[in-house]
Order: sequence, then structure tokens, then C-alpha cells
Amino acid sequence: MCGIVGLLLKNPALRPHLGELMVPMLIGMTERGPDSAGLAVFSQPVGDSLFKISVYAGESKVDWNAFIDALRAAFATAQFQIRAIANHAVLTTSAAPDAIEEWIEKYRPALTVLSAGRSIDLYKDTGTPGEIAARYEFAKLQGTHLVGHTRMATESAVTPAHAHPFTAGHDFCLVHNGSLSNPYMLRRKLEPFGITFETDNDTEAACRYFEWRLREGDDLPAAVRRGFAELDGFYTFLMGTDDQLALVRDAFACKPAIVAETDDYVAVSSEFRSLAHLPGVRTAKLFEPKPQEVYSWRI
Amino acid sequence: MEDLRQTATGYGLPATARKEAIRTFDLATHTVRELNQFLHKELVASGVTKVMVSNPDGAHSIACGVNAPVDIEINGHAGYYVAGMNKHAHVVVNGNAGPGAAENMMSGLVRVRGFASTSAGASARGGCLIIEGDASLRCGISLKGADIVVGGSVGSFSAFMAQAGRMVICGDAGDALGDSLYEAVIYVRGEVKSLGADARYEEMTAADFGTVKQLLDLAGFDYSPQEFRRIASARQLYHWNADAQQEY
Repeated sequence: MCGIVGLLLKNPALRPHLGELMVPMLIGMTERGPDSAGLAVFSQPVGDSLFKISVYAGESKVDWNAFIDALRAAFATAQFQIRAIANHAVLTTSAAPDAIEEWIEKYRPALTVLSAGRSIDLYKDTGTPGEIAARYEFAKLQGTHLVGHTRMATESAVTPAHAHPFTAGHDFCLVHNGSLSNPYMLRRKLEPFGITFETDNDTEAACRYFEWRLREGDDLPAAVRRGFAELDGFYTFLMGTDDQLALVRDAFACKPAIVAETDDYVAVSSEFRSLAHLPGVRTAKLFEPKPQEVYSWRI
Repeated sequence: MEDLRQTATGYGLPATARKEAIRTFDLATHTVRELNQFLHKELVASGVTKVMVSNPDGAHSIACGVNAPVDIEINGHAGYYVAGMNKHAHVVVNGNAGPGAAENMMSGLVRVRGFASTSAGASARGGCLIIEGDASLRCGISLKGADIVVGGSVGSFSAFMAQAGRMVICGDAGDALGDSLYEAVIYVRGEVKSLGADARYEEMTAADFGTVKQLLDLAGFDYSPQEFRRIASARQLYHWNADAQQEY
């Protein structure tokens, strides 16, 4: 069992309050996912030629100032800024994200790159949703939309790397409630294209499959529809890109989802109890997404 | 009006026929456990005949396991298993219901004014579940004797392996309606995307028209019984057929 939450703010006046609105949604899904939690928050993209990279340090103690000094020495012509909280940091740089990721892998192997892009920041860790929200000060987050998850692991280990959201490529993430029965078939299909995997988690396979389809030219709904034939198992997926959220349930719709839509926002959750606090929810348009129908919303 | 209908059709003594004593539970300040413990252990001695529940906000298991003739009104959206295992009570949800509404109901009446999520009325043995909006997938799965009336449409796999009871669907049905049916009977007014294995259309008899009318009147839905079709089991799956080659 897991919990999924998503929030897209149509009303720009609410965007400074994205985190405040979301934290009760995430904590409301604690019973569905008490072992890990995470979220991807999308905000206005950084300037042209800049990228953001979310980095996680796990248990290791990191001197983030020393980290940035070492990067500046290695990439002399590039700009770097860092915003760190607890064992997590968001790096903004003019260097190529791939080069930074390679450098981190080689010289700072204790660090994990969680996401890269121009809009996305990503946080995930083990612990209850409430603990994680407090640890990373989720209530202060601002932005246009976000994708969150609370995890109760059923098929692979409880580690920060196995927590959701999963990412692939730039500005793309996916969270999952359910379980896939053919993730290794997907991996064997994708690995010959040079796509590499960081965990043995079934959701990562779905995430990399969809991101691969996006790079091959599908739009998000088309990629998801192609997945109906390729992905076997149970799922409610919520995906985020720089400018949209997309939601889909498998043909059997065993995993719940409910959507509340007002003029101000679109909110998605596994259950209504995570939406009950939202302003105007009593008069919102409420519906359960139908199986094998792709729902997407743009900022 | 509603009470008259309930009295006329025998879904238990309507509590409102007696002197009304109301108790209110606000789930913003009370837990579901406090509510349910009152319903299970204190209700009968208290003389309360009507329980109002406010701010349900999607909480699970509201009014589960009630075993007394009482009116319960839930003002808002309920979560999983609302009125599960209900016996005797009349429960109204003035909102939507989460998965498993009135699952395993034994008797009484449960009305959902909005839509109901998956597996509404699953395994219900008696009583009547009325869903005024749509019901999601697997509505009435393994139905064991209750009646279900859905004002809107039902999702796929509804009435799967339904053993006894009646289901009236005023809207459309998804895929595999009535798959592996036993002796439950389905009446459907709208389009059926597909029938499940061993489910078949049958002629409506005078008794069927009467049944549909009785259930529509109880639910308060204004359709003509003439608009409904009957679906029941062809009973071809009751016995193993080695010649079928697993083709059903």
C-alpha cells in the first residue's frame, strides 16, 4: 500500500503557499505509507543555460561549502550556487548536469543525485511523512505544482533510494501506488538503449520507460497509453513534468485515486481524507479517475 | 416520503417512526472509534434514535458494525467501509463514499447521495444499498442476498460471482458485467459494455417488472421498469465441462 498526492496551483496567488497546502495532504496519507516519503516540487525554471540538481547525502556528514568549492575548482568556468537543508541540497549551475553527475559519482560517491532539470527539486527519505516534512521544511516550499508519495514497501527494500518519486532525464518524475509484475522485462527492453537503473525497484522501471518514450517523441498521454500494453501489474501513477501533472490507473483500478478541481487548483490524492482541508474543497468538482484513462493538467 | 417507502417495503422498522432523540458526533472533535463505540455499546440504552455525523472528511469505517434500528446521517464524504456489516440501521451519506461502502451488510438500508468508490456492497447478505450517483468497479462483487440500486452507472466487473440478491442499474455498465454469476439477478437500463462469462440476457417476467418497480420506488428513482433488461446466470459454469477446453 502507498499514498499518492499531487497539487497543481492554477491561481498564481496561491503559489507561495504550495508547501503549506501540501503538507497536510502528505501527512494525511501516513497510514497508507509510514516508512518513507518524498516529493518533487516544480517552480519557475531557472534562467537559460542554468540547471538545478537535487543531491542527497544519506547518513554521511557533508560540508556543503567544501563540496561547492571542489566543484568550482573542477569546473572553473561554471557558476555554482547551493541551498542546503539537513542532508539534502539543491545545486544551481551553468555546467552540464551530466558532467556534474559524473563528477559526483567519481569524487563524492557517498552523494546521490535525486533529480536534474530546470524546474524540479526533489526530496525523499525514510521516516514518517510528518518527520520528513519537518526535516526538509516542506511547508516553506513554493512553486506551481508538485508530486508527493508516502510509501509502505511491498516489493523492495526500505531505503531513501527506493522511496518515491523516481526521476529519469530532466524535469520528469513519477510516483506509484501498486506493484508491477514485469519490471525486469522492461529493464531488459530498455538496457540495450543505454538506459541504466539505480535500484531494483519496479516503479523505477516504469519511470524510465515513460521518460524513454517522451524522448522518442511521444507526448505524456501517448507514452502512458503505450504503457497499457507494456506494463503489467497494478498501478495508479502520478507524473510531473515542468508544466504538467498526469494521472492514470490500470484497467482494474484496484489502487484508489480521487481528484478535486476548483478554479484555483487541481488536487490529487489516494483518498479524500488528504484533500478535506483544502480551501473550497466542499464545492470542488470531485471525481475518481476512470481506469485506463489519462488525465493531465497544465500550469 | 422516504420513510413511507421504507416502511412499505420491509427493510426494517424505520427508527424515525419512534420518538426522535438525536445525538451528534463531530468527527473534527471526536474520533471514529468514539462514534462506533457509542453505536455498538451505548446506543440502545441511550434511547437515541438518530445519530448525526459531521465533518466525516473521508475517515474510514464510519458506522461500521451497527446492530440496532437507528437512523444515521453522515454529512460529508465518507472513506473506506462506511456502514460495513450494517444490521438494522438506516444510514445516509450526504456525500460520496470510499471503497467498500456497506460491504457485508446484513440488513437495513444504506443510501449514498453522491458516488461510491470500488466494491460497494461487496458480499452484502441483506438489506438495501442505494447509490444515487455512479458506482465504481466491482459494485456488488460476491453479492450474497442484498439489493443494490444504482442511480448512475457501474464500473467493470460489477456483480462478479454474485450469489444471491438483486442489482438494479439505472445507467450503464462497464466490462464483464455479472461474470461467473450464481443466482443473483441484474436489471440494467443503459448500455452494457460487455457481459462476463456465463451471464446472459433473459426475458423480463411480470415478477421481474414488479421487483424493479419495488426497488426503484424504494430508491426514489423515476424510471419505468419497462426500460430494464434482465441478466442472469446461464448456469454453464456450475459443473466442470471437460469438452469446453477452458473456452467460456
